[in-house]
This record gives sequence, structure tokens and C-alpha cells, in this order.
Amino acid sequence: MLDYGKTLLSIRDLSVRFATYQGLARVLEKVCLDIKSGEILGLVGETGCGKSVLARSVLRIIPSPPGKIAAGTISYQGEDLLQISETRMRQVRGNRISMIFQEPMSSLNPVFSVGNQMREVIRLHQQVSKKEATRIALDMLRQVQMPDPAAVLGKFPHELSGGMRQRVMIAMELSCGPDLLLADEPTTALDVTVQGQVLAILRRLAGEKGVSVLFITHDMGVVAQICDRVAVMYAGQMVEVAEVKELFSAPAHPYTRGLISAIPGAEGEKGAEHLYSIPGVVPGLIDPPEGCRYHPRCEKKRAVCTEQTPVMVKLHADHDVACHCCGPSREEGRP
Amino acid sequence: MRILRYILRRLLYVLPVLLGVTILVFFISHAIPGDPAQMIAGPKASRQAVEEIRRSHGLDKPLPIQYLRFVSGLVQGDLGRSIRNHRPVVEDLKDFLPATLELTLAAMILCLGVGIPLGILAAVKRNKLTDHLTRVFSVFGVSTPVFWLGLMLLLLFYRNLGWLPGSGRLDIMVQPPPQFTGMYTLDALLAGQWATFANALWHIILPAFCLSYVYLAIITRIVRSSMIGVLGQDFITTARANGLSEAIIVLKHAFKNSLIPTVTITGLSFGELMGGAILTETIFAWPGMGKYVVDSVNYLDFPGIMGFTLMVSLVYVLVNLTVDVIYAFLNPTIRY
Repeated sequence: MLDYGKTLLSIRDLSVRFATYQGLARVLEKVCLDIKSGEILGLVGETGCGKSVLARSVLRIIPSPPGKIAAGTISYQGEDLLQISETRMRQVRGNRISMIFQEPMSSLNPVFSVGNQMREVIRLHQQVSKKEATRIALDMLRQVQMPDPAAVLGKFPHELSGGMRQRVMIAMELSCGPDLLLADEPTTALDVTVQGQVLAILRRLAGEKGVSVLFITHDMGVVAQICDRVAVMYAGQMVEVAEVKELFSAPAHPYTRGLISAIPGAEGEKGAEHLYSIPGVVPGLIDPPEGCRYHPRCEKKRAVCTEQTPVMVKLHADHDVACHCCGPSREEGRP
Repeated sequence: MRILRYILRRLLYVLPVLLGVTILVFFISHAIPGDPAQMIAGPKASRQAVEEIRRSHGLDKPLPIQYLRFVSGLVQGDLGRSIRNHRPVVEDLKDFLPATLELTLAAMILCLGVGIPLGILAAVKRNKLTDHLTRVFSVFGVSTPVFWLGLMLLLLFYRNLGWLPGSGRLDIMVQPPPQFTGMYTLDALLAGQWATFANALWHIILPAFCLSYVYLAIITRIVRSSMIGVLGQDFITTARANGLSEAIIVLKHAFKNSLIPTVTITGLSFGELMGGAILTETIFAWPGMGKYVVDSVNYLDFPGIMGFTLMVSLVYVLVNLTVDVIYAFLNPTIRY
């Protein structure tokens, strides 16, 4: 895919299966994605398209059973995260690669104080005294602009608001100085105003500390606000990866175009009353459509789309797409 | 200290509860049909003798007056004299209650010491062989009547295998340890008499297991289901994503959360165990409160019945007070 810039984490042909009562769900199908040092990479797609599973697969924390990583590699610093031992993996989790989740209300353990939980993670990955761990925790809470951080350390999660808890999560997950933060819809459950604050904190800290962020969301507005690049997923497949301005101005894949058209107001004042929606529904993952999984809903469908799975091809330097109808030979990808 | 104030306040709440208990116990035991004066005097006593006894025991007074006399005695630590054996009830309690308490505590230790690890194991190995075996073990426990279980245990371990003693608290040849608490195992330990301790422990195994089995099974189920609930929570995923080991996640993060329902059940079980001890004591000839109470009821020995019931209520109330205090430590969302 992208050949410039230092690649931090490289996912190749990742396939994940979930055993369900209805059959084997092919939740991720040969997904490829590169995350570069210091960038904020948005990962968008509808609910159930496999965004969260992709992020959890990187940390190997998908519930298993029923989930199983069937194939692929995830290279990080010369190691394949899918091959290393569980013990080695635990040293990566929360330390080199950490993750924050959608639900700040339930992501912290209700029976331990904030300080207790933060110190536990800090002392798990760093050889520091309890006092030093407290100092690091305090410092991190200050960096996420927590009012009265010393008091917050002694508080329990139920005593904090959703926004504060999510800031605690950010502080906790950045406390070991990771290379990569997987943020799984970290602002979806928050009020819009709080969402703005948390996003600002996340972007500032990522910039200051040079942490790469994989930012999962289905909010295109948030993507436009904080991401450097965007990856678009549909029904377990990666369909398009592009630099953020490029994606919004010249979306190539029909699904991406549909997504952008569905943003309220994106079509200008005239379109305000008729909100665009992509026809059809997301296919089930147990028996997904052959070939390109988007073809039943696609306006540009051709015969080849129902037979062959499209591979990622480079439109140009910072834009890849997996589509039979909008490859580099065609003009329609460019405005 | 807020927690100390909370404990004190809870202790004060105990007083009205106990007062209510005395009222209930007193009036309900007097609702038992029968004439205690006649019981004391015997079937062949003359009408005059019966009336004499009625007067001398204060049984001719109206019930509210009798109740007031009972309560005024109670606050001075006087539970009255047994109608049956004419000894002060307090003395009887001193003799018999420790044996029952010892049996109950031993059963409780078994419940927690076996039930909690089994429940955790079943939750972690959910739907695997371990879980299924645990399920069989606990379904058997919940559905087995104590009297049948007791007899089967005696048959197997005492009569057929001869591994464990079948009755009493000590072998006949063994001297009881000097009395501090009245619980032989504890007293033997305090006195450093290891042989006596071993002997007492040997005797308590069968009755304690028999008594505990039902609640052991219930606690296993509760721990299993609450652990499974907690292990599915988001904060467990957070803990995994933070690189914590599975042992710490299960035994620290999940277990502390699952303790909250477990402690509730434990508190309730304790009272049930004390009440249930009566049956177990009968089967294993355990010289506790069980036989004493049954005899008291047969003789309409009101002071004896009320003394026992009050002691059980007191223990029950204190155990649940302890549970509430443990709650405050376990669950930070409880305001105190």
C-alpha cells in the first residue's frame, strides 16, 4: 500500500471468524492496513462491519471462543503479534499498544479507585515505586486536563462523569507511553460538547507524545475533525484508504461516496430535506455475497463484481481502493 | 471516620430490631396451645396444685405483664428459669450454644472455603467438564434432604469405611479442653492441646459437611453465576487490554465484584445454618441446642424456647450487621 513514511504496525490479510449458532461468521476477510508513526488513522464503517474486531485482534483480545483469528499477520517492530507467546503479548498490551473503549461508564472497574487502577497498570509495565506510580498517574491526569487530579485519584468511577471517566481512560492508557493507541469509538457515548473536549485532548496528546492513533468511529464529522488518514470498511472488508482531504473531496469507492453523501448537509442547502441513504442493507457475515461484498447495493455493479473479490490497488500516492469499477485506469476516481 | 460512624449507627439500629424480636418471640410462643402450669405439675396433679404453680411462676398474670417481667429480666441478663429442669436458661445456653455455634461456624467455613473456589473454577471453565461436574455436585446438594444425607454419610464413612467418628464432639476417652469459648476445636487450639484439637476436628467433619452441603451448593452457584456475569463486563476487557494476567483479572478484578452477591447469601445462610443445625445435631448426636430446643417445645418450656430463639436472632442480626459493614468496604457505591 503506502510506501512513504515509517510504518508502525502492518496488518496483512487478516481474517477473523466467529462461530455462531447460525454458522461461521466471516467477520474479517483478508483485511490489510498500515498504521504510520505519529498519525491519527480513522477507521469508519457501519455498525457490525468489523472495526472493533480489527482493533481487538491487534491486541488479541477478541473473545475466544467464539472468535478466532484464522489467518494473517500483524507486524509490529519486527514481530508478528499473532505468533508471539501470550506472556510476550501481555507486555505489549497496555504498554506498547493500548486501547480505550466506547463505554466510559463500564470500562473502569467499579470497586477500585481511579488511583488504584492507574497505578496497577503503571507498575505492571514500569519498574517504579508506588509513590512514583502515583506521581506518573497525577501527571497524566493533569495532561488530560482533569480538574483536581489529586482528589480524582482517590475517587471511584461512579463518582465521575462520563467525560471524566473517558479522560481517566486516556490518561491510564497513555501512562506507559505507548506507540499506538486503539480508540474504539471513545466519544460515541458522550455529549457533543464533552465529545469536543475529549477529541481535543486526544489529538493534542497524540501530537505531543508522537502516539499513533487508530480512531474507530462511524461519525464522519469526527473523522474530518481529527484524522490524518481514513480507512473505510464494509462488511468485514477494507474498501478504501486515503488521506482525509482526498477522501472527502474525491471518494473513489461507491460505498465511501454513499457514506459521504449520507452526511447531513453535505449536498448543500438543497439536499437538506432529502437525506441520502444507501439503498439495501448490510449483508450478513455468515453467508456474505460472493466477490465484492458491496455489489448487491452498488450502483456501478458489473459482472466481475459478483465473481471476484477486488484487491487493494493504488489510485495514487496516498489513496488506495478495492473496487473493480474505480481502479487507477479509470477517470471517475478523480474530480 | 465515616465508616466508624456508620458501624455505630448500624449497631443502634440493632436495638429496635431486637425489641421487635422479643415481642414476636414472646407472643408467638404463648400462642402454642397447652397449659404450662399443667405441664409442670404433671398429669396427675390436683387442680389446687396446678393453680399454686401457676401463681408461683407468675403465669396467672395478663400476658403484657408477663412480657414486661420477661424484658426487665432480659436487660439484666436473666432469661428466667427453665420450667423443665429449673436451671437458669442462661446456664443452659452456656452449656449448649457453643456446640451449635461451633458446628455452624465449621459449616460456614466449609461453605465459603469450598463453595467460592468451586464457583470460580466453574465460571472460568464454563461449559467444560469441570463446570458440569460442579453443577452435578451442587444440584445434588440443593436437592438432598439433610436427614437422608446425614444417614448416608454415617453409613458410608462411619459404619462401612470407618474413617470418621459417627457421634459426639470428642472420643469418650478424651478430656474436653479448658473452657474459653465452649467450642472444643477453638479451646483446644487456645490451650495448645493438639491431640484434643485433632480429635474435635475429626468429630466435626461429618456433621459440618452434612449441615453445609445445601448452602455450599447455593454459594457455589451464586459465585459461578456472578463471576460469569462480571467476566463479561467491559472493565474486564479493559484489564485484558492493559496486559494484566488472567489470574489477576479473575481473582482480583472479577472476584471482588462478584463478592457483593456472595456476601449477601452468606449472611442469610448463617441464620439458616443455625436453625438447620437442630436436625443435623439430632442425626449425629451432637450435644448442641437442637435437642434442648426440641425438649423445651415438648414441655412448653417458654423461658427455654425464648432464650434459644433470642440467641439465634441475636447471632443472625449481628451476622447481618457484619455483612452490611463488609458491603461498605466492598462496594464503593454504598453511601454510609
